[in-house]
Amino acid sequence: MNTCSPDAGNVALRIDGLRKSYGKVQALDGVSFDIRRGEFFGLLGPNGAGKSTLINIIASLVRADQGSIGVLGHDTVRDWRSARRLIGVVPQELVFDPFFKVLDMLRIQAGYYGCGREAWPWIDELLSRLDLADKRNSPMRALSGGMKRRVLIAQALVHRPPVVILDEPTAGVDVELRRTLWTFMNELHAKGTTVVLTTHYLEEAQDLCERIAIIDKGRVRVIETTPQLLNRHPFRFLRLKLANSGQLPEALRPLVAGEKDGSIELRLERDKHPISGVFAALRAAGLDLEDVHTREPDLEDIFIELTHDHSRPAANGGAR
Amino acid sequence: MNREKQPTLPLADAELARFSDRVGFFTLTQKEIKRFWSVLGQTVTAPVITSLLYLLVFAQAMKGRAPVYPGVDYTAFLVPGLVMMTVIQNAFANSSSSLTQSKIMGNLVFLLMAPLGAWEWFAAYVAAALVRAALVAVVMLAVALLFVPLPLHAPLALLGMFLLSGASLAVLGLIAGIVANKFDHLAAFTNFLITPLSFLSGVFYSVHALPPFWYAASHFNPFFYMIDGFRYGFFGQADVPIWLSLLWAASCLAVLSVICLWMLMTGYKLRR
Ligand SMILES: Nc1ncnc2c1ncn2[C@@H]1O[C@H](COP(=O)(O)OP(=O)(O)OP(=O)(O)O)[C@@H](O)[C@H]1O
Ligand SMILES: [Mg+2]
Repeated sequence: MNTCSPDAGNVALRIDGLRKSYGKVQALDGVSFDIRRGEFFGLLGPNGAGKSTLINIIASLVRADQGSIGVLGHDTVRDWRSARRLIGVVPQELVFDPFFKVLDMLRIQAGYYGCGREAWPWIDELLSRLDLADKRNSPMRALSGGMKRRVLIAQALVHRPPVVILDEPTAGVDVELRRTLWTFMNELHAKGTTVVLTTHYLEEAQDLCERIAIIDKGRVRVIETTPQLLNRHPFRFLRLKLANSGQLPEALRPLVAGEKDGSIELRLERDKHPISGVFAALRAAGLDLEDVHTREPDLEDIFIELTHDHSRPAANGGAR
Repeated sequence: MNREKQPTLPLADAELARFSDRVGFFTLTQKEIKRFWSVLGQTVTAPVITSLLYLLVFAQAMKGRAPVYPGVDYTAFLVPGLVMMTVIQNAFANSSSSLTQSKIMGNLVFLLMAPLGAWEWFAAYVAAALVRAALVAVVMLAVALLFVPLPLHAPLALLGMFLLSGASLAVLGLIAGIVANKFDHLAAFTNFLITPLSFLSGVFYSVHALPPFWYAASHFNPFFYMIDGFRYGFFGQADVPIWLSLLWAASCLAVLSVICLWMLMTGYKLRR
């Protein structure tokens, strides 16, 4: 794996020493990392972590207090015109212009980027790929929330940017579109587009992203390839259902990670707590098992581990 | 993991240059025109009717008064002033309300993310405001001419005054739109600046008829010069020399443009 310092020509986004504060809130507290060309990259973190702030600085909607961004080698401040042409951003907020119809909106957006009629076939393709073909002449204000989100996505892609940044594109979107969207993104990605994604659906990130950065309180907590991240914590989960409503032996109590519907989930460190040890302890206590199930940690477990956000319901890894 | 894949085709700078900035400017101008065009009733018809009502009421009320300028009927005197007042108000309203609305709706992000420079924004908003102002002016003049014959003494001065004044107000509208965080702020601009200055500018009278204080005060009101110069274009006579009016309008435009372009270039109040 070539995780260490890729050469400059291979970098899609270079994020260098970014700081941004809103009054007392330090939204970004020294963020530096590179996203490689052609990468499918996940930017994760709890609410208020600073993800949107980072994206808004890349999109030049927000000015950084310190630090710089390079898009395929073009600085977003000094060389803003080229930098802006190279990225397409889907903002997190559902914004739209109530004066226009879907098709007008996309043509206008293409025009801002210097594309005229030559972009029209691509606009038609976007409309059909995002299931908007029958809404092409609907006024923006008449669309449902999910439809507006689709238009936002189409708008970000209208000038065929080599770097696409999606800030929670699947929030409030139905399963159908989520599938179509990811198929479409994977296709663009296969053709070489760099895709950067934020989402709170961690399974989505786990399935799609090749590399993931987890940020919290304005700092990068970890940045690794997805398999590395998943192997990061040498633990696994063992779910037990005890027969005859038996009680767990005292020795196993500290390992309990969650409990639900009479099932107990134990969090076992691979080298310290071999599964056979658990079974031995159960047998010694004379307990019978009704059901057993093991589970490898997924991104959600890692995420919670790293961001220490125990307030989330998912934290009691219970019986999922 | 890390499967080999095609790297993004490197975009040569030459290829970037193929994008035309002019397309961006034209698109934004068109968009701004379409915006007011889609609500033509509010943006053109309503102001024209209001001004024509003024014309009707004042022409009736002042009937039989001594002409303001020798040989110029009062109703005729009134028309250019009213047209310019409408131009002023609509040029301002167009850019200010468009920008404020985009800010409040949040769709300004599309423009802020786009590769459009300060000059392109500036030129597009001003051009669209001038189109609306011209439309309002032409419709008003066309209707007025059905009732009052008007001479045309200096068409170039007329055009110059229209462009300089309309552009000044469009730029002021942009500034107001950038500064305003809500429609209340914009209404304050209109109610405490635009409306009083346009009513105190000699639309309905010659400033020579005013008491000395107000007469002197009028000479610090840019709208006075805009209206006076516009009137000169029709009648060849006015309260102050045409070059002075042109100078005032041009200076207004220059000062406001510097402020506005500074705001757009630094992202003042637009980029957080
Ligand atoms: N315009 C603003 N004014 C003041 N504070 C802000 C502003 N924008 C963001 N913040 C603060 O900056 C911090 C980071 O916010 P940001 O929107 O980047 O979080 P996020 O990671 O995108 O969260 P979410 O997952 O909820 O979208 C938060 O504490 C937020 O309150
Ligand atoms: Mg966010």
